[in-house]
Amino acid sequence: MKLELKGITKRFGALVANDHIDLVVEPGQVHSLLGENGAGKSTLMNVLYGLYEPTEGEILVDDRPVTFNGPSDAMAAGIGMVHQHFMLVPVFTVAENVALGNETTKLAGMLNLEQTKRRIREISDQYGFDVDPDAVVEDLPVGVQQRVEIIKALIRDAEVLILDEPTAVLTPRETDELLGIMRQLTEDGKSVVFISHKLREVKAVSDVITVIRRGKVVGSADPSASTTELASLMVGRSVSLNLNKAPATPGEETFVVENLTIASATGPALLDGVSFGIRRGEILAVAGVQGNGQTELTEAIMGLQDHVTGSIRLDGEELVGRRTRDIINSGVGFVPEDRNVDGLVGTFSVAENLVLNRYDQAPFARGVSLRPAVIEANAAEKITEFDIRTQSAATAAGTLSGGNQQKVVMARELSRPLQLFIASQPTRGVDVGSIEFLHRRIISERDVGTPVMIVSTELDEVLELADRIAVLYGGRLMGIVPADTSRDVLGQMMAGMSADEATAQHTDSKGGAK
Amino acid sequence: MSPEDSTMQDPPGERSIAAAEATRLEAAAETADGTVAPPAVPAAHQSGDLGDDRSRQSALRQMLSSNAMVSVLSVLLALIVGGILIAATDEEVGETASYFFSRPGDMLSAAWSAAAGAYAALFQGAFFNFGADSVQRFFYPLTQTLTVATPLILAGLGVAVAFRTGLFNIGAQGQIIIGAAMAAWVGFAVHLPVGLHLLLVIIAGMLGGAIWAGIAGILKARTGAHEVIVTIMLNYVAINLVLFLLSTPAFQRPGSSNPISPQLDANAMFPPLLGSGFRLHWGFVLAVLATVFIWWLMNRSTIGFELKAVGANPSAARNAGISTTKGYVVVMLIAGALSGLAGVAQVAGTEKVLTSGVAASFGFDAITVALLGRSSPWGTFAAGLLFGAFRAGGVTMQTNTGTSIDIVLVVQSLIVLFIAAPPLVRSLFRIPPPGAFKTTGKRSSKNPKTAGGAA
Repeated sequence: MKLELKGITKRFGALVANDHIDLVVEPGQVHSLLGENGAGKSTLMNVLYGLYEPTEGEILVDDRPVTFNGPSDAMAAGIGMVHQHFMLVPVFTVAENVALGNETTKLAGMLNLEQTKRRIREISDQYGFDVDPDAVVEDLPVGVQQRVEIIKALIRDAEVLILDEPTAVLTPRETDELLGIMRQLTEDGKSVVFISHKLREVKAVSDVITVIRRGKVVGSADPSASTTELASLMVGRSVSLNLNKAPATPGEETFVVENLTIASATGPALLDGVSFGIRRGEILAVAGVQGNGQTELTEAIMGLQDHVTGSIRLDGEELVGRRTRDIINSGVGFVPEDRNVDGLVGTFSVAENLVLNRYDQAPFARGVSLRPAVIEANAAEKITEFDIRTQSAATAAGTLSGGNQQKVVMARELSRPLQLFIASQPTRGVDVGSIEFLHRRIISERDVGTPVMIVSTELDEVLELADRIAVLYGGRLMGIVPADTSRDVLGQMMAGMSADEATAQHTDSKGGAK
Repeated sequence: MSPEDSTMQDPPGERSIAAAEATRLEAAAETADGTVAPPAVPAAHQSGDLGDDRSRQSALRQMLSSNAMVSVLSVLLALIVGGILIAATDEEVGETASYFFSRPGDMLSAAWSAAAGAYAALFQGAFFNFGADSVQRFFYPLTQTLTVATPLILAGLGVAVAFRTGLFNIGAQGQIIIGAAMAAWVGFAVHLPVGLHLLLVIIAGMLGGAIWAGIAGILKARTGAHEVIVTIMLNYVAINLVLFLLSTPAFQRPGSSNPISPQLDANAMFPPLLGSGFRLHWGFVLAVLATVFIWWLMNRSTIGFELKAVGANPSAARNAGISTTKGYVVVMLIAGALSGLAGVAQVAGTEKVLTSGVAASFGFDAITVALLGRSSPWGTFAAGLLFGAFRAGGVTMQTNTGTSIDIVLVVQSLIVLFIAAPPLVRSLFRIPPPGAFKTTGKRSSKNPKTAGGAA
């Protein structure tokens, strides 16, 4: 099935979300839509899926114009969509979820799930999905849940599959599996519209790349184009993806973690005997697949975890057992992994968020009285320094884009003298243009001699920033390796192999290949 | 996937949250008439883990941050519906309705005059008595409104600060009662000179309310016990505790076994504000000062900053080194002290004695007042005045036009209902939702189009 969008324009009042967008999706192709957050990709797909009515333009299916009054029309025409946030009922089984909205019934309205289960098994076998129709959805890993969404689309005979930022929630391994599934689908003659802002994935899987910026198609690119080229096209100015950071000049080891363990009421310890140290002027990156103890590690350092044993010492002072407030005041800057939940108060203004952990200290307060003028002045200064794009300092932080929210958190944490800087997922959900900026700020913090700990699940980021790399798996440290360690070795450590084993095996396989 | 599935797309789960919120508010509305305690069920299902807590807080915040226009229009709508109810229950309207089809004008004019008459009486009873023969009588209704508004404003502020900290303080009623009981005891059992006595009465009342609310705050902070359930139950404990106290000689008048306390010492009472011809007392000035103080506390102090952060995002507050548990205890102490002050205003100002009915339904109305005032200090102040006017005017309405004062309770409850459903009010008055062009965009695509469909 050939799908064509002609001159699609979508206006919301004065805002033009899509401006005369032309797009042709040929059968058997992975067509990537590349663009920063807010470029208009999702709006365009919602138009295509019948959720929005286009202001102008038309949609053609096999050269015939069609109108969609809703997703059901789009589905009937063979268009399926997998949303970034899954539309699944957690307590239902896979089969029940797939049947939902499209139930076949037996006599007297009894649900006929057998047929659905059979079809799920067929599709699952055909594409190697490995999905059990009787499994309850909430028990499944995120990657498998996503496949259930794909099955939902396929079972309704979708010929064009729209995947909206599908890799945002996946582990690197699950991402690779998804890219494999996309290739299989296109081999079957189906086409995939892949929406993403992750350059490496887009390059790996696409047949055609269309770049959207500020609601307009700004060009198409060949998958063989370099990431730098794609990034520049996406952002609209030249972007340097390579930081070329100066080598670290590490000083004394001022931050020491010894035998850190966090007991859990149920099951194994969340963190099990972790020991490491960070020296002044060096970046230690903690790599690992999401959920292997990274969150607990950072929270333990910040005094946000209970049942912590072991020792965390900063400049010789013990941090375990102290209050978060004291730890912050002893010079620890912390960028939490989920800025919306832990880093910002969304309804507070940018100015208030910039003093969220210093509001009661001079010069922002005198006694118990806040000094709004000083808080405002501080905000004005930080907004300029960190290039935070906001209407004003009084704007609610929750309305800012992801990148600008992250800049607010970074600005807050980096604007006082630090003895330790911890940043968890410092660039998650941040547009390409801001990533470079944030990375540079982290490195300049290192260069003034602060020990820096970066936690990231993105290997690219780890390799970009790290002076040394620690890998966590199942709450245990798999080892600390130099920054030039290969992706393969790191990948194996992230899957639970010790540093020595992984290195040895890697050298073996290299030797074998010779 | 059904079409409904996909329309749920981008305010994730907001509808269900709104629905849950509506149930809860109806529960609150029920309590507003002071007869039924809100069922514990809607509260119970939203206790529990952090995620749930968060969604509840965002829904609460959304409701409280809805624009002031919605509040004003809610009042207007409630008055319109109330007017229709007045007309529908009017005898003359009933008679004229029997020949509606031959002479519709009769019924319509009867309906109009019934509603207009009732509201005119309400206005006269609440603000200015136009039929008055003296200046004093002319302004008397307004001073009555201010008198009734005093405990509403004070207790409303107590509920409002708790709201801002993410707590549903349903316990203002109990806090008023305990505050009133302690204030009253100090007022009649202790004898002190002018000034000092009243000061001690005020302190005792604030302390009583603070202790009562503090129990809920400490339980919440220490054990995670849900403040809604704890405060509701403490209301019952307070009501029955005071009933018990009034059955003991320590609280009864010498030689009497009636459940009424002795009158407070003259030194222990608020002096009248405008002379003895009016009931209005200095307690109202205290309410104004309390409003100013709460405004300062919430907007200009580090304590308010902490409380608001805990209310808006407890998780981020913890990460910034703000103790949420401390925040819960502190705000409940403040809230209780305010409600206790409302109790003081009752025993040391308006009622002059302690009875089991000293709090009337002020504690429950305070919830409505705080909601209508969108939890802002001056909004709560204005809402308290409005509800004071309803209550004061309702009496005149009943005596002058025979319309039951209960209609006032209906109007009050309707106000809450409309505030709880901002989309309803917005769609009735065609107000665009705040900041969400996406929703409008989506809605426009749902407009009926030609049935042509695909192909």
